Amino acid sequence: MAEKSGADILVECLVDLGVEVVFGYPGGAVLPIYDALYNHPTIRHVLVRHEQGATHMAEGYARSTGKPGVVLVTSGPGATNAVTGITDALLDSIPMVVITGQVPTQLIGTDAFQEADTVGITRHCSKHNYLVKDPAKLAGVVHEAFHIATTGRPGPVVVDIPKNVQIATAPYARPELKVHASYRPQTKADAAAIDAAVEMLAAAERPVLYTGGGVINSGPQASALLRELAALTGAPVTSTLMGLGAFPASSDQWLGMLGMHGTYEANWAMNQADLILCIGARFDDRVTGRLDAFAPNSRKIHIDIDRSSINKTVDVDLPVVADVGSALDDMIALWKQRGHQQQDLSDWWSRIAQWRAKRSLSYPETGPEIMPQRAIADLYQACMSTGRDVIITTEVGQHQMWAAQHFGFEAPNKWLTSGGLGTMGYGFPAAIGAQMGNPDSITICIAGDASIQMNIQELGTATQYRLPVKIFILNNEYMGMVRQWQELTYESRYSNSYSESLPDFVKLGEAYGWTGIRIEGPEDLESGIRQMLDTAGPVIVDCRVAKLSNCFPMIPSGAAHTDMLLDPNQIAGIMSDEAKALV
Amino acid sequence: MHIQEELSQRHVLSLTVSNEAGILARIAGLFTARGYNIDSLTVADITDDHAISRITIVTGGPPKVIDQIIAQLDRLVPVHKVTDLTDAGPFVERELALVKVAGTGEDRIEALRLADVFRAKVVDTTIESFIFELTGTTEKVDNFVALMRQIGLVEVGRTGVVGLMRGKEAN
Repeated sequence: MAEKSGADILVECLVDLGVEVVFGYPGGAVLPIYDALYNHPTIRHVLVRHEQGATHMAEGYARSTGKPGVVLVTSGPGATNAVTGITDALLDSIPMVVITGQVPTQLIGTDAFQEADTVGITRHCSKHNYLVKDPAKLAGVVHEAFHIATTGRPGPVVVDIPKNVQIATAPYARPELKVHASYRPQTKADAAAIDAAVEMLAAAERPVLYTGGGVINSGPQASALLRELAALTGAPVTSTLMGLGAFPASSDQWLGMLGMHGTYEANWAMNQADLILCIGARFDDRVTGRLDAFAPNSRKIHIDIDRSSINKTVDVDLPVVADVGSALDDMIALWKQRGHQQQDLSDWWSRIAQWRAKRSLSYPETGPEIMPQRAIADLYQACMSTGRDVIITTEVGQHQMWAAQHFGFEAPNKWLTSGGLGTMGYGFPAAIGAQMGNPDSITICIAGDASIQMNIQELGTATQYRLPVKIFILNNEYMGMVRQWQELTYESRYSNSYSESLPDFVKLGEAYGWTGIRIEGPEDLESGIRQMLDTAGPVIVDCRVAKLSNCFPMIPSGAAHTDMLLDPNQIAGIMSDEAKALV
Repeated sequence: MHIQEELSQRHVLSLTVSNEAGILARIAGLFTARGYNIDSLTVADITDDHAISRITIVTGGPPKVIDQIIAQLDRLVPVHKVTDLTDAGPFVERELALVKVAGTGEDRIEALRLADVFRAKVVDTTIESFIFELTGTTEKVDNFVALMRQIGLVEVGRTGVVGLMRGKEAN
């Protein structure tokens, strides 16, 4: 058999695995791989400006297309710069394969130039990782890495390849897919668990479907099945931040997002439910609030592909270890087979109507400034009116929560946000990655003035690849969420939360060949948004919004769902040490 | 405000894992990263082709934490199987200790007498010292060491616990 170099074997594997795009940055320890990619006919390489950008682009690409994102970076700083994005992908279960260069095997452990212990550093922030010391093992490892990244609970997998292994040769044949010795995630639920789940759901008088990112990860068919189950049961549906879009926001059964900045009706429904069916969510602390007061009178069913997510923080009555799509399919089939009819949920819905009447997402519009919520609502309306596919990404902070609250999502894979790790600097590169995977969609990063600066260097990447990404900055000249917590907890001592020395975002965009638009006041809002959407190329919008608006409703840390704050007048400005100690 | 400690139960976990580089770091790191305790950890390969190792971990925590530890270990890619010996039924656990004791006269004779009671073997001796080899449960080793301390304990080496389920089945 003809021998190939490790670098050629790697590229051959990527082609065999159907990889179309690689996000990366060259350096000494990956030069052989870059040479193998030079003028490669099928793999498109996106040259980023910073390796963290590459990881978030891969995440955006993966989340919007359902395919794994691929990253290629050099040893040492290349790998360490990727660590935040790898951790982000782990917390949000995003399929990603990160190829890192390493110093040659004989130099490992000698503190060689650009050496870092990449497998050591990424061991606990990746789903799995490998150091490949033999080119003959490379193909098997790369195929296994993609298998592990994309199956079970998806996540990032790191493959560290020393430079001499990229150059040394070995015979190459496309590896056979064989059953893994130890990694065999359970995707099909136990029949007894499905049976019990269906009976509990059929008997429930106050059910809630509590859905999460697992529905998105399971694929579009899982969203379709969720809609079918909701229609069969008539139950209200709420979702975590990560699950938005799996169930249409326009449905009468939609309660809105739950949790810390969720709606009044979603959180009260969780609190008063007699049955919670958790589908691909993980009872995160942003969702549960105070644990001992969380959904106190309900029985709970938890469908999750990862057994370690079940009973981690909240004890459930019925665990269902399975892929969400598979479990929903089984439940729907059994529901129909048993001839179950919808319960009369009219009492339940009338209570929900009372909570909805609080209109918890309303906001005052009296001042001369643009309210940030209004900016999002108008952006949503304008996007709808284009009739085009729209993908929204966000950074992290108040703007993220306002986007989650005021932008309606009808379909999965259209909402990309950093939920678990809460990574400022995620949204803009994620938008570039999403645009690469969805060239015909309008891709908009909703950002804050502080977050956008965390990966602002990627403006050049979008310019280079002619990606018509839009950045919509809600500029209040603050790290708004930090400032909001300082108001809540530290009597408004704004320690380092003011965005001093902001750049002129319009000129900054123009310097990179972008169109820059500034929206100063309510009279410019509609036209500015329309101009952004009508511009063919990349656009950065500096939308000046009310500086001191806060994100409501809010469940303060350590509080129960029933202790929700609906408006700023309820803020006391101080908290107990126990509450302060929570994140 | 003060940090509250939770009540803890001792559990012996037995894992089979692929014998690959970094597996021990992966498991030890999981325990530190998630704030679990390790009382002892032993590892050695157990198959002819050196492909599989058995790791025995003695840990402690409330039942919910033990459940989490098992689930977290189980989802590591190179982990084949995790068995909670403490919960799974009757099992045998042993550790081996080397115990060095120095003394003369009556102390020396008493040390030998106690060693006999504990079925410890003498594996090294000088005119003024013994090294005893002892196997048994952690409690038995603890008791022996406590007695030797009164006679003239110099130092102790312990392997940590290994364990297997009783009965004819493999687990």
